Amino acid sequence: MSQLKSKRNYLLIAVAAVFAYFYHKDGAVTTSVVSTAISFGLPLALAAMVGIMCERTGIVNIGIEGTMLISAFAAFFVASTVKSIIIGLIAAIVVGMLAGFLLALMAVSWRMDQIIAGTIINILATGLTSFLFKQGHTLPSAMPEIDIPVLQNIPFFGPVLFMHGPITYFGLIFIVFLWVALFHTVWGLRTRAVGEHPGSADTAGVSVLRLRYLNVTLAGAVGGIAGAFLSLELVGSFERGFTAGKGFTALALMIFGRWNPLGALAAAMFFGIAQAVTNQLMIDQVVNIPQQFVNMLPYVMTILVLAFAAGKVRPPAAEGQPYEKEQA
Amino acid sequence: MAPLLEVIGVSKQYPGVLANDDISLTVDSGEVVALLGENGAGKSTLVKAVFGLLRPDAGEIRIKGEPIVFGDTNAVIGRGVGMVHQHFQLVPVMSVAENIVLGDEPRRGGLLNMKKARAEVRALSERYGLAVDPAAMVEDLPVGMQQRIEILKALRKEVDLLILDEPTAVLTPQEIDEFLNVVRVLASQGVGIVLITHKLREVMAVADRVVVLRGGKVVGITTPKESNEEGLAQLMVGRSVVLRVNKGDAHPGKPVLTIKGLEVRDDRKLKAVDGVNLEVLSGEIVGVAGVEGNGQRELVEAICGMRPRAAGEVLVGGVPTENMHPHAVHLSGISHIPEDREKHGLVSSYSIADNLVLNQFDQEPFARGWIRNAGEITKNAHVLVKQFDIRTPSIKATAGTLSGGNMQKVIVARELSQDFHVLVAAQPTRGIDVGSIEFIHKQLIAARDRGAGVLLVSAELDEILSLSDRVAVMSGGKIVAVLDATGADRAYIGRLMAGLHD
Repeated sequence: MSQLKSKRNYLLIAVAAVFAYFYHKDGAVTTSVVSTAISFGLPLALAAMVGIMCERTGIVNIGIEGTMLISAFAAFFVASTVKSIIIGLIAAIVVGMLAGFLLALMAVSWRMDQIIAGTIINILATGLTSFLFKQGHTLPSAMPEIDIPVLQNIPFFGPVLFMHGPITYFGLIFIVFLWVALFHTVWGLRTRAVGEHPGSADTAGVSVLRLRYLNVTLAGAVGGIAGAFLSLELVGSFERGFTAGKGFTALALMIFGRWNPLGALAAAMFFGIAQAVTNQLMIDQVVNIPQQFVNMLPYVMTILVLAFAAGKVRPPAAEGQPYEKEQA
Repeated sequence: MAPLLEVIGVSKQYPGVLANDDISLTVDSGEVVALLGENGAGKSTLVKAVFGLLRPDAGEIRIKGEPIVFGDTNAVIGRGVGMVHQHFQLVPVMSVAENIVLGDEPRRGGLLNMKKARAEVRALSERYGLAVDPAAMVEDLPVGMQQRIEILKALRKEVDLLILDEPTAVLTPQEIDEFLNVVRVLASQGVGIVLITHKLREVMAVADRVVVLRGGKVVGITTPKESNEEGLAQLMVGRSVVLRVNKGDAHPGKPVLTIKGLEVRDDRKLKAVDGVNLEVLSGEIVGVAGVEGNGQRELVEAICGMRPRAAGEVLVGGVPTENMHPHAVHLSGISHIPEDREKHGLVSSYSIADNLVLNQFDQEPFARGWIRNAGEITKNAHVLVKQFDIRTPSIKATAGTLSGGNMQKVIVARELSQDFHVLVAAQPTRGIDVGSIEFIHKQLIAARDRGAGVLLVSAELDEILSLSDRVAVMSGGKIVAVLDATGADRAYIGRLMAGLHD
């Protein structure tokens, strides 16, 4: 344990040293790259939280991609139709919760194979958003950037952490909140017990089915917020296939982060930095590679992460198994 | 004052079987009542009715004089009844304290108060004299300690009546002794205890009263003082049971299994078997006696090719079996009844018919080339189910649906129905009912009389002494003595097992 911690500390120091070096070389570019990295990493991190909330209670959610896609769609078209960003955001949350509830219905009550249940959500989302998609919609206004007074003036950290849109702030705070909730609250203890050994929770008077419904539905809401972030805050538009595999990448990040919110956040930010750096290198014409290769990056990295990390990790033991009370 | 628990005329009908037939009994505070019976006698049905897990068709159950509502577990728990299930309900990756407080957690503000949880567990463990480390991870603890946590979990809810469902099935002999002490301590504190078991020795050691069930009926209520093991066994199975096995003289022939200077390492890479030399002749049973964890498991696994050998050799009928795959070792003439029947003995999701050909499915007549011969497999299953008295509604039922005794009979049937020179039987009767034990014992002796060499490993010294022709005592990874079983002195073997040889 302590060995692991000291290893992590060395890594953090190394990362800080690299940033310090580049900041010394070119402050403006480094700041902008890291700030962009947070914007790229955040939807991945939030999507990974969806996975963590579900899998910690024993439900595999591969429908994150679909949840985000259909929520991003709902956020954009509702916002542009009723001319309100806020209502668009609410619509995304509602649609995300519906997707989560649908998964819970299939996986918890109907005891369907959870991979198939998730796939159904993905196909449903792809189909619906392609069918209902219309050209020519625009948002009533851009999501406002909120610059936190005083804090934004801190060199480097100010622009990187304190000059973002509201969903970014919410997301970062939520991830820390989820970590506390998972490891230091009654809800977290019960959630983990249900994900590891539902029988033990059941005999202790914890309703396995209710907790699974609750968590999967709430996770859907988080997926909805992640989707809304993409269409309302990061890009400000919607296209077919808009989420481009982020929901699947998030599952890899969840595994890489060992089902720990902060671990997954770190993994997502690492991804975000990789993408931001590549973008910057292309803008600066330091490297000249076709855009397609850049677009491949998340997928290649997903494969690498899974290949090198997956063997050593230990998922929640009851993951993917429907719970049946012992027959009396 | 009304008794703690009164069961009055409880009946429960399942399709095709009357599981409980007009059962009545009482349990008082501070009393240990053993519920004794074979598998399928109706013990589990009865305690499930008491604990509110199922609804009986007739009768009444009262706790402290008040009738309970059938099928309402939470209400029963609220009345001070706790149950320790046979399969532990613990989260392996959580701490002892987390497991114990789960479901009723101490809080501080919105947060979980683990400091208070640990203090509560320490107080509980002091009160009942059950030492545990609240911060330890459950998965790191031995089975006996995990059971202690289950008991503490139940005790935390202020129980007056504690139901223990086959609590010793998974424990080692020392853990059983510790467990029986715990039962005595709890009873002395006024807790009424219902102990479900089919182990006569435990009943004799700890029960105040014994209720014997057979075929869903109470066939006897007695006390250990008024009865003895033979009498109880007879009540359980409804006929006289031979606890000492009848067998003729052995006619040992040539060596069929020769172990020379065998060294084996365990999972932690420590030397578990340390220079073992042993010979098993055809037509004899050699029993390996020893306290569990003294290298018996590793010895068996090394013989059967399931674990690499660090040094030494194992010859089957004079042929070395170095670096052989378990299947090749099997083909060289070793049949194996493994210690963990559900992990190594069966595929519980396969049918009984398939399990009966599990190590010969690719050979004639069960396969023609690379195509399975379903007809032969079915025929084989019908023959063996009959011959080995495997009680199942169908040969197509999955092995996982069978009781422990019948699972074991499937393994025994498969292993003994093939050609073999050596039978390695590891804990062949652990956790199964008396009737099945008797049957399997007879099969082992029959195998011997047909000229096989039998190596029997068991944690039950009685089993070793009554079946074996020679006894090898294992301690600290070494065979410390090989004795003739006739006239062997239990106490002397006990000292050898404990490593007190000189």
